[in-house]
Amino acid sequence: MALDSKIPNGPISDKWTNYKDHINLVNPANKRNLDVIVVGTGLAGGSAAATLAELGYNVKAFCFQDSPRRAHSIAAQGGINAAKNYQGDGDSTFRLFYDTVKGGDYRAREANVHRLAEVSTNIIDQCVAQGVPLAREYGGLLDNRSFGGALVSRTFYARGQTGQQLLLGAYSAMNRQIGRGKIKMHNRHEMLDIVIVNGKARGIIARNLITGEIERHSAHAVVIASGGYGNVFFLSTNAMGSNATAAWKIHKKGAYFANPCYTQIHPTCIPVSGDHQSKLTLMSESLRNDGRIWVPAKLEDAKAIREGKKKAIDLSEAERDYYLERRYPAFGNLVPRDVASRAAKERCDAGFGVNKTGEAVYLDFAAAIQRYGKEQAFLKGIDANDKKAVTKLGTEVVKNKYGNLFQMYYKIVDEDPYTSPMMIYPAVHYTMGGTWVDYNLMTTIPGCFSIGESNFSDHGANRLGASALMQGLADGYFVLPYTIGDYLSPDIKMGPIPTDSPEFEAAEKGVKDQIYRFMNNNGTHSVDYFHRKLGKIMWDKVGMARNAQGLNEAINEISALREEFYKDVKIPGTDKGFNQELEKATRVADFLELGELFAKDALHRNESCGGHFREEYQTEDGEAKRDDENFAYVAAWEYKGKPSDAVLHKEDLVFDAVKLVQRNYK
Amino acid sequence: MKLTLKIWRQKNAQDKGAMVDYQIDGIEPDMSFLEMLDVFNEDLMSKGGEPVAFDHDCREGICGMCSLFINGEAHGPDRGVTTCQLHMRMFKDGDTITIEPFRAAAFPVVKDLVVNRSAFDRIQHAGGFISVNTSGNTIDANAIPINKQDADDAFDAATCIGCGACVASCKNSSAMLFVAAKVSQYALLPQGKIEATDRVLNMVSQMDAEGFGNCSNTGACEVECPKGISLENIARMNREYLSASMKG
Amino acid sequence: MAKSALLKSSIAKKVAMALSGIFLMLFLAQHFFINMTSVFSSDTFNSISHFMGNNPLVQFVIQPILIVGVIFHFTMGFVLEIQNRNARPISYAKNNGAANSSWTSRNMIYSGVVVLAFLGLHFYDFWFPEMVYKYVEVSPLDETRYFHELVAKFESPVRTGLYSLSFILLALHLWHGFSSSFQSVGFNNKYSRSLKAFGYAFAIVIPFGFIFIALFHHFNH
Repeated sequence: MALDSKIPNGPISDKWTNYKDHINLVNPANKRNLDVIVVGTGLAGGSAAATLAELGYNVKAFCFQDSPRRAHSIAAQGGINAAKNYQGDGDSTFRLFYDTVKGGDYRAREANVHRLAEVSTNIIDQCVAQGVPLAREYGGLLDNRSFGGALVSRTFYARGQTGQQLLLGAYSAMNRQIGRGKIKMHNRHEMLDIVIVNGKARGIIARNLITGEIERHSAHAVVIASGGYGNVFFLSTNAMGSNATAAWKIHKKGAYFANPCYTQIHPTCIPVSGDHQSKLTLMSESLRNDGRIWVPAKLEDAKAIREGKKKAIDLSEAERDYYLERRYPAFGNLVPRDVASRAAKERCDAGFGVNKTGEAVYLDFAAAIQRYGKEQAFLKGIDANDKKAVTKLGTEVVKNKYGNLFQMYYKIVDEDPYTSPMMIYPAVHYTMGGTWVDYNLMTTIPGCFSIGESNFSDHGANRLGASALMQGLADGYFVLPYTIGDYLSPDIKMGPIPTDSPEFEAAEKGVKDQIYRFMNNNGTHSVDYFHRKLGKIMWDKVGMARNAQGLNEAINEISALREEFYKDVKIPGTDKGFNQELEKATRVADFLELGELFAKDALHRNESCGGHFREEYQTEDGEAKRDDENFAYVAAWEYKGKPSDAVLHKEDLVFDAVKLVQRNYK
Repeated sequence: MKLTLKIWRQKNAQDKGAMVDYQIDGIEPDMSFLEMLDVFNEDLMSKGGEPVAFDHDCREGICGMCSLFINGEAHGPDRGVTTCQLHMRMFKDGDTITIEPFRAAAFPVVKDLVVNRSAFDRIQHAGGFISVNTSGNTIDANAIPINKQDADDAFDAATCIGCGACVASCKNSSAMLFVAAKVSQYALLPQGKIEATDRVLNMVSQMDAEGFGNCSNTGACEVECPKGISLENIARMNREYLSASMKG
Repeated sequence: MAKSALLKSSIAKKVAMALSGIFLMLFLAQHFFINMTSVFSSDTFNSISHFMGNNPLVQFVIQPILIVGVIFHFTMGFVLEIQNRNARPISYAKNNGAANSSWTSRNMIYSGVVVLAFLGLHFYDFWFPEMVYKYVEVSPLDETRYFHELVAKFESPVRTGLYSLSFILLALHLWHGFSSSFQSVGFNNKYSRSLKAFGYAFAIVIPFGFIFIALFHHFNH
């Protein structure tokens, strides 16, 4: 099947408007006759569910957590981009579009990104109207900050909890519709398969995680908003429950999976402390606004620090290597995430790492504290040479800006980041790849849509900071509600979809068989045992830097691990009730397939771009080397029974509005 | 570290449940409390036992999914943290740790340490929103300036993660702090003032219908709240409620 | 909103509890000042007592309101306590209440019950005889009897002891009750700290003042 991205014709800035003017609409009376299933209630799913219900559709929403408010969008800290240009620093829709395409290393679909930039301003208006308490200045107007990969201040934020506040906004919009009966909420339910009737997505099979019951739910369309697959690495900044099952199940039923190898490794996470580690904690990228990143300039100092013989503050300015400022003078500490992460890895691999494991760099606020302190001293008429007073004042300012993050760091590491620099190291954070969707956000299964992190469309090979929240809400509030109407318009007279068809029967049987197999396996190892092993293979061989040999090894190892998993996994308890081990098993089973496809995709992409770095393809000074001639396409994989048999389909990326150049942050 | 764990075990909602004693060794101070439970569960499973069910998700103190009443306190002895941020360095070698589910009639136990907190969702359905359609066709975000103090206070109230520690800590199982946080957030913002009357009446009425107890101002909720939500919000809700009752 | 619904709501009950509490505290304060005069001048005490005992406004308006207030406060106290207990059918195996709240705030029902028991004794001692004296037997007016009656009651060391003990419990009740009642009616602002301090002073001065009066008469006559 040839991929049709359905990008509307016309100049890029008019595409979305023209498109909206000409699509088919469903009249309000008919929307009442249409059901839509939304799987996942994060920013994308929550906002989509609320908006679809407002429009009049009957929404059935599903989340595996005990409340839609707990979706992992809640953990996003830093902010949300929007081309409001409130700061008057030259921002515009085009600039946001341009920065996003460039930041994504020219592997995103132009038309989608432009639409994203266009609706970005509506998001801020919408959220303020919903009572989202975004940060304000003393004059009462909204405040902005700058984020990596941008030269303007366009990031709106709510202290270090922007994701939480935006999600609670979407959750509140959902609550209004749940109260009105327009959304039927299914908490603690996990989608375990999609049901396709006559070639169209018509329902899902879900497990009630409390009773263990396998349930059939039908609808005229199914929206997948289940987030990313970062947990394939076991250790990531994702929540423990974040999983790819919904996305993977639709892949197995016909939805192509695009660019799985594009994974974002976030540069500012708290380093791993030991083998027991269950997850990694992100420190907001906003910290790079004020923190300076460095490692010791001399190997012997790094060694002394690792052995506990020296401390960071013992090193003079000359003994420190502010490597980002050195390598990228224009952007300095604010280079995009992929660049910052690789630079940290490069230094640590060269032996300059600073914690026990040798995998950490410093993020230092001493300079910022002094700078702010002097500003405050000036305002208050205090002598700027009074170091103690200046430090105190500066610490106050930093505390106001990042207090909750510093406290979080202190609780985890047990070290005071105000007086000694933080230690950070990159960690898996976000997956740009995902189910392939056309301009309508519809997958290759008619009637099955994919929005937010679970699709692939807007971030290309690398996502800029504060863009994930923007994309999730844009898809859910402002894009999908239009495009889904176009799809549903022929179905208005159809009536409810029955759930007793052979297709539902078969899908349910498939789910029950898998669960039966797990429950009766009598293996010897827990699910986590296999998940950790998978994570290690992924991190070591499919992580920040990849090469053909490692990827080939990874493919074989994952495939072998999958076999071992099915032979030897042990699930205690019963499937007729709450069973967290069983939940994990169904998720890890999918990760074990996805991981292999991930490696296969990385192996086929013989270039380096954004979050995908192949050691064979780099410039002399270690920067990513793209190959636009051969790889300016979206790799969409079709499932054929095994990940190794997946068939590649290419969607060529055409750039009209942006000229392809090598990214340069120097 | 070597520890004695006293854990509430309950097969399902119908089961009576009981405290069970366990021993665990090899715990490191750098582990988080939930990582300690992970290790404990692995150990339990390797011996053929069924792991202890507990709620958790983000493990960075923001989703509100983790709960646990540890040694007589919601989220354990540390302040300003959720259970997932509690670290074992707060305990000593040889300690006995009692782990119970959050207890309230409105939070029935699902299994072991997992409780059902849907009552919180239902309170939000009753009024935890501003009735504005998500069309995006609202006024410009900067059209109404908001006094910074009000914006900051609204933010402080909005940081509630809905974990239920307030209910669990309250000797009366009252949900006042949770409800007050949402009522306050909206009451402080111009956008929320329009529906303030109905909101507070409806949310309080739903709160009462869920079977939470009454507030007697012990202040335990404020102390145990991982986000430090202030009792001021409860006073504000009381005012809002009184004035709404007069109007309504 | 209908009145009945208003009184059913948890916040309305809490406010009613607070308002009746504040009213009782006011009563307590004036009672204290009148009793205190007995330490300085038996005549003043007698004349104020006579006024309070015979003024129609005090007798037939304020006194009934007070009685209703007292009955309401403790009845509501019991109702709330039962509801609160039902809100947690299974209690914790280990509950470290001291870590997050004061003993006084958690034990209002116990300090309240002791004060209520004392109120029974107090009625038996003073109020019932007074009612019988005035309205049943319709004895002649005697403007000088009050001081002697007071002194007579504090002759017994047992009664004086019980009386003192009850007031210690009252102090504990007020220690939380004073600031709590203001929080309940929505008063929480920059003056709350001072108000709380005043509340603690009130909770000490008034009950211990009553104890002082009791001991004074016990030992001086």
